[in-house]
Amino acid sequence: MSAAGVLTKPLRQPSVLPGFGLTFGFTTFFLSAIVLLPLAALVLMAARLSISDFFNVILDPRAVGSYRLSFGAAFLAAAINAVFGFVIAWTLVRYEFPGKKIIDALIDMPFALPTAVSGIALTTVFAQNGWVGQYLEPLGIKVAYTWIGVTVALTLIGMPFMVRTVQPALEEVQKDLEDAAETLGAGRFHIFRRIILPTVLPALLTGFALAFARGVGEYGSVIFISGNLPMKTEITPLLIVIKLEEFDYKGAAALGTVMLFISFVMLLAINLLQAWGRQRHVRSGR
Amino acid sequence: MAARAKDVAKDVFMDEHATRPGRDTFMTVFSRALFIGISLLFLAALLFAPLATVFAMAFEKGYAAYLESFKDDATAAAIRLTLMTAAIVVPLNTIFGLAASYAIAKFEFRFKSFLITLIDLPLAVSPVISGMVYVLMFGLQGWFGVWLQDHDISIIFAVPGIVLATMFVTFPYVARELIPLMQQLGNDEEEAAITLGANGWVTFFRVTLPKVRWGLMYGVILTNARAMGEFGAVSVVSGHIRGVTNTMPLHIEILYQEYNFVGAFAVASLLTMLAVVTLIVKGLVERQGYKGH
Repeated sequence: MSAAGVLTKPLRQPSVLPGFGLTFGFTTFFLSAIVLLPLAALVLMAARLSISDFFNVILDPRAVGSYRLSFGAAFLAAAINAVFGFVIAWTLVRYEFPGKKIIDALIDMPFALPTAVSGIALTTVFAQNGWVGQYLEPLGIKVAYTWIGVTVALTLIGMPFMVRTVQPALEEVQKDLEDAAETLGAGRFHIFRRIILPTVLPALLTGFALAFARGVGEYGSVIFISGNLPMKTEITPLLIVIKLEEFDYKGAAALGTVMLFISFVMLLAINLLQAWGRQRHVRSGR
Repeated sequence: MAARAKDVAKDVFMDEHATRPGRDTFMTVFSRALFIGISLLFLAALLFAPLATVFAMAFEKGYAAYLESFKDDATAAAIRLTLMTAAIVVPLNTIFGLAASYAIAKFEFRFKSFLITLIDLPLAVSPVISGMVYVLMFGLQGWFGVWLQDHDISIIFAVPGIVLATMFVTFPYVARELIPLMQQLGNDEEEAAITLGANGWVTFFRVTLPKVRWGLMYGVILTNARAMGEFGAVSVVSGHIRGVTNTMPLHIEILYQEYNFVGAFAVASLLTMLAVVTLIVKGLVERQGYKGH
């Protein structure tokens, strides 16, 4: 809708149904009380710092080190998920095999499982003597208590977002289009690059953004496996908790404002990506 | 030998180009096995192994030790607090979700998509921030800290803070399930009911609610699972007072750090089973023809 359209549209279009005032009023009241006012309190608390103090807090080497880990590991985890999430989604959409329904259902597990549970379980599995860690140890790969562990935890947390976004997009890929391309002599890679990838690209990017956004803020599943050494394995949310425990409310609020800002940017990016995906969907006539 | 294998591979490759699409060739069988293999290996290391570990560790010292760990007073208190928190948070967020989805799906108004974005906001925010906002409001050095202390009201490091933080984190789930569902089902039946003389409440309880009951059920069970399992947000506001302000996930952390692995994983096993039940309900809801979001 154009900007003019938004302005000329009446505040509410008439309807025979009752209850708009009650439900809309309750919604905005509850939303303001539980979400908006507290978030405003955060930004206002950060605003009590002077500009130079604010930048001193958010550009402190320890804070910058934590951004590097939080953003780097979240980015890497989202990239790993882009590859393996695609493979899993493809497997679930295209192939039949025993136990497929159960595997499909378990994809949502990291989403339903409390983060503290996945945190202690991952740490146990990837510790030096753990089920998976014991095979990585001889290769010289230490997962638990390193940045690799952080990445592993964020990969698990982001996985359902990627698979569940790519899966419906893959179901949309028209098999007859692939068959036609194959009949016309296109190779497997060619079909993937020219037919499958363009169809799922918006979903793949949306899934990447969702997994990344979730990973940047993740706390529970990371703190057990990360080791929490300042500058090395300390994520930004943990640094905020440490500042709060030291009653440095303004410093914590400053870091929180940075993270909040990034969440807003990610939310905007995700909305734009989803709109792009829908637009393509319409243009291709489906 | 190697040359021969290469020839066969070449034949199969050529053969593939000569077949009709959709027929099984060496390449399709191979890639199928490869895709399934990679998927299962990835999920086994990252998901199945941790899940199995929860139960393996919980029962490491036998069945009796597992049951014994629930007799601990602090563990029992943590379970009670978690159940109580969910009992407050889930109904409130369900009422909110119903009101929000009714207003958004049944009516056309300006700035609707902006309102939806605001409702989704808690999902985009780090759990630590979800808890911190209440510390900044009600903590000792927060906006209302001094006033609350003067009036002897404690919110942070007490149960009200835990309830508020949990409410923030689980805020959007019911609304998110119901908005698309109500939009998809349309207003026709409601409009018919109103035209025939039913009042708003009757229409809501006899027409709208039955139409969306499956989506509502999934939204409620998801809210409940997240409410009982929330760690980051609650951790910030709780103060970790053993037996008083420790919820189940926080108690897991304490037991784990005390190297009481059987105890930690025993509590974790309860939450894992809750997650399994949540997924089963999701499966049942989807079998009713409603696709979740």
